[in-house]
Amino acid sequence: MSPKPLDYESLNENVKKVAYAVRGELYLRASELQKEGKKIIFTNVGNPHALGQKPLTFPRQVVALCQAPFLLDDPNVGLLFPADAIARAKHYLSMTSGGLGAYSDSRGLPGIRKEVAAFIERRDGYPSDPELIFLTDGASKGVMQILNTIIRNEKDGILVPVPQYPLYSATISLYGGSLVPYYLEEEANWGLDFHNIRQSVAAARSKGITVRAMVIINPGNPTGQCLSEANIRELLKFCFQENLVLLADEVYQQNIYQDERPFISARKILFDMGPPISKEVQIVSFHTVSKGYWGECGQRGGYFEMTNLPPQTVDEIYKVASVSLSPNVPGQIFLGLMVNPPKPGDISYLKFVVESKAVLESLRRRAHIMTDGFNSCRNVVCNFTEGAMYSFPQICLPPKAIEDAKKAGKAPDVFYCLKLLEATGISTVPGSGFGQKEGVFHLRTTILPAEEEMPAIMASFKKFNDEFMEQYEDYRGYSRM
Amino acid sequence: MGSTQSPPVTLHSINPKVLKCEYAVRGEIVSHAQILYCNIGNPQSLAQQPITFFREVLALCDHPSILDKSETHALFSADAIARAWQILDSIPGRATGAYSHSQGIKGLRDAIAAGIAARDGFAASADDIFLTDGASPAVHMMMQLLIRSEKDGFLCPIPQYPLYSASIALHGGSLVPYYLDEATGWGLEISEVKKQLEDARSKGIAVRAIVVINPGNPTGQVLAEENQREIVEFCKKEGLVLLADEVYQENIYVENKKFNSFKKIARSMGYGEKDISLASFQSVSKGYHGECGKRGGYMEVTGFGADVREQIYKVASVNLCSNISGQILASLVMNTPKVGDESYESFIAEKNGIMSSLARRAKALEDAFNSLEGVTCNKAEGAMYLFPRLHLPQKAIEAAKAVNAVPDAFYAHRLLDATGIVVVPGSGFGQVPGTWHFRCTILPQEDKIPAIISRLRAFHESFMEEFHD
Repeated sequence: MSPKPLDYESLNENVKKVAYAVRGELYLRASELQKEGKKIIFTNVGNPHALGQKPLTFPRQVVALCQAPFLLDDPNVGLLFPADAIARAKHYLSMTSGGLGAYSDSRGLPGIRKEVAAFIERRDGYPSDPELIFLTDGASKGVMQILNTIIRNEKDGILVPVPQYPLYSATISLYGGSLVPYYLEEEANWGLDFHNIRQSVAAARSKGITVRAMVIINPGNPTGQCLSEANIRELLKFCFQENLVLLADEVYQQNIYQDERPFISARKILFDMGPPISKEVQIVSFHTVSKGYWGECGQRGGYFEMTNLPPQTVDEIYKVASVSLSPNVPGQIFLGLMVNPPKPGDISYLKFVVESKAVLESLRRRAHIMTDGFNSCRNVVCNFTEGAMYSFPQICLPPKAIEDAKKAGKAPDVFYCLKLLEATGISTVPGSGFGQKEGVFHLRTTILPAEEEMPAIMASFKKFNDEFMEQYEDYRGYSRM
Repeated sequence: MGSTQSPPVTLHSINPKVLKCEYAVRGEIVSHAQILYCNIGNPQSLAQQPITFFREVLALCDHPSILDKSETHALFSADAIARAWQILDSIPGRATGAYSHSQGIKGLRDAIAAGIAARDGFAASADDIFLTDGASPAVHMMMQLLIRSEKDGFLCPIPQYPLYSASIALHGGSLVPYYLDEATGWGLEISEVKKQLEDARSKGIAVRAIVVINPGNPTGQVLAEENQREIVEFCKKEGLVLLADEVYQENIYVENKKFNSFKKIARSMGYGEKDISLASFQSVSKGYHGECGKRGGYMEVTGFGADVREQIYKVASVNLCSNISGQILASLVMNTPKVGDESYESFIAEKNGIMSSLARRAKALEDAFNSLEGVTCNKAEGAMYLFPRLHLPQKAIEAAKAVNAVPDAFYAHRLLDATGIVVVPGSGFGQVPGTWHFRCTILPQEDKIPAIISRLRAFHESFMEEFHD
């Protein structure tokens, strides 16, 4: 009998090629151990609320009221909800035709898209058109939609930073395109190396690949670096010269832990550069409610904004969006609240600011604690987390460890991370899940564990690491401290 | 410009599968529309009220910090509070803002599995359930898994809900149509399916799966048990995956028909994991709850190996998880208040109110369509739509041609212009060539139905007057 359709052999090869380590081997092993009763610290995904970060109060009040609008008529509602939350709930409900339970426009509620446009205008100083802003169930869905629009076949190449958040590599595999890597310079704080980028493009073209787009993740994931204005200008010029659409993943724009390089959107810089470039370079910019100081991952709220895309392309993207009917409405409201938070004078303003600041300031402190902690470990070198939510230390594995890894049939960093997990319960993602230079190993952890638990976590890591290194090497290691 | 090439993302350089994909439900005609939307199954946009108990639980899960407050008991029913606690206790850290397991929160999947078992009388496993942002993404996942090239074919009913044609086009496969029989109430004939299968195979298409929508969309028929057994037998024999779209399982308006899930039918035939590969889709968007905007749903996948399930999990994990609120709602839909619960009486009253109203509207519109000259309309046994057939006079067909329009789209445009009523032309769903239909929902508020019917009748009579032979 011929193989059944759902036999492994007859699945779409592209699906089999997909790898997404963030919820791959380490995470699955950690979940198994957790079931067996071991205490696990999950630092594999940027999932703040799972590590004790509390949701901001105001948005939860607003969305709860939108879920149960009959509350708004109840005389007792003011006992539980402040007046501005009540007013805001009415504001968002009035934007819908039937509340949270009706499909919205496939691009998202017009009222919220207007709020997003207003936010972008305030942030960048240039007007933004709500018609070119599409809301999505999380930024990831938006990235997948755009890549699906660009990739025609395996000859279409997408420039992706290495290391990268593996949504990009996974999606390119799924849609049958080609990933064209450009390596970030670890020694230069994960900076861009345009010589390397040009080489990559040339190499790809010599293999018959048409390079169509360039992904930047700013602030970087897993690397955390914040691009300078000069960097972004050079990138835009490069895209202009090489005819690439820039895919600007800016989901961590609120997560900045140094003051030298604040966040500036790629779109703003493009417009600062003026014509002709400002009218030519195509950009798609992505944002989300999952990160920042909101951390509302579970809501699946996000958007993308298109710059310099022709109307017919926008129509085609709209058409495909309409097949999924609409993004989830509560997620859209979270997005509206994020871009349009309480203002000075609002009843909830002070509490909102206190809550937000507490999260950001703590993240900044944790970025330092973690970086310093890693740098105090034997054979570990770690760039400072300038932004985003991760630490990406380099683990200099001794040759004997690499051998043992091979014997165990594991990539060296996977081997290390599994041992770390078994010894300490710390669940990380091996650097190979993000891409790295040949023979150089990393792991990604988040800076999200509670601040009061960090010293113990770092101590636990150091104990494991230093013992591991002692076990495997000739007592000649180095660290930055 | 640095080069003379056209910019990277233009119509000429985007993925051609995107260009090929069409979705008439929100297609061309909607850009005119201002007035009476009878084009999509979006009940709450037409003033259908949400189920109170569900919204109470969701609100509490969105803002759990009020659960400790005494004032909460004045605003929320006790069993809603209890259910919220139960749900929150199944979420690690009670964190509804965290990404969950990529298949969905385990405790919620357990509740859904229990709900499926109670419905069918056969066991269901949480491991077989994938919670998704609505049923549509689950359909996409299966298409992605199964389509290797345009040589991979999917049997789809004609007429069909165009998610299937769109998603097959988007993923680069081939649609193999099987025609439902309008003369027998949109009956599904196995002989027709077999004929289409063999035809496709002779053309070198590897037919991988069959889509069955039960109750049907746009056609509304509810399959008879005997029919369902034939389909299961056919899939087993031909090695086809059965993709069972069961999102309208709670929308049945006739006494003589019942919903039976394909899983139940297969298991009752003694067929298990080794016999048939089945993906069953359910949604929070339809039924009596109509929570379209929440994007909640799931697929239950049975009858395939662990290695394949790993691949499905992997694809699901790239998007991390579906929205938590939608997951919670799916567990509520499959696990409603029981007799004796505080909210039971009001829940049942709300549910029955909506269901009986839907049944009345279905009948009223069916009778109205059948009373029009040149229009025949099968009964809506289930789902949310009527799909009347237009026996258009030749002159009307010619007039349509003259303006480069498909005849049913021409009729629908005229209807919109004259009455403000928006429907979807039958060509958006597929139909036997040379026949014309349109899909109209049964969702406008009950008190608006008489006005809709009279406006429609007035328009139709004048249209037929204008174009009579």
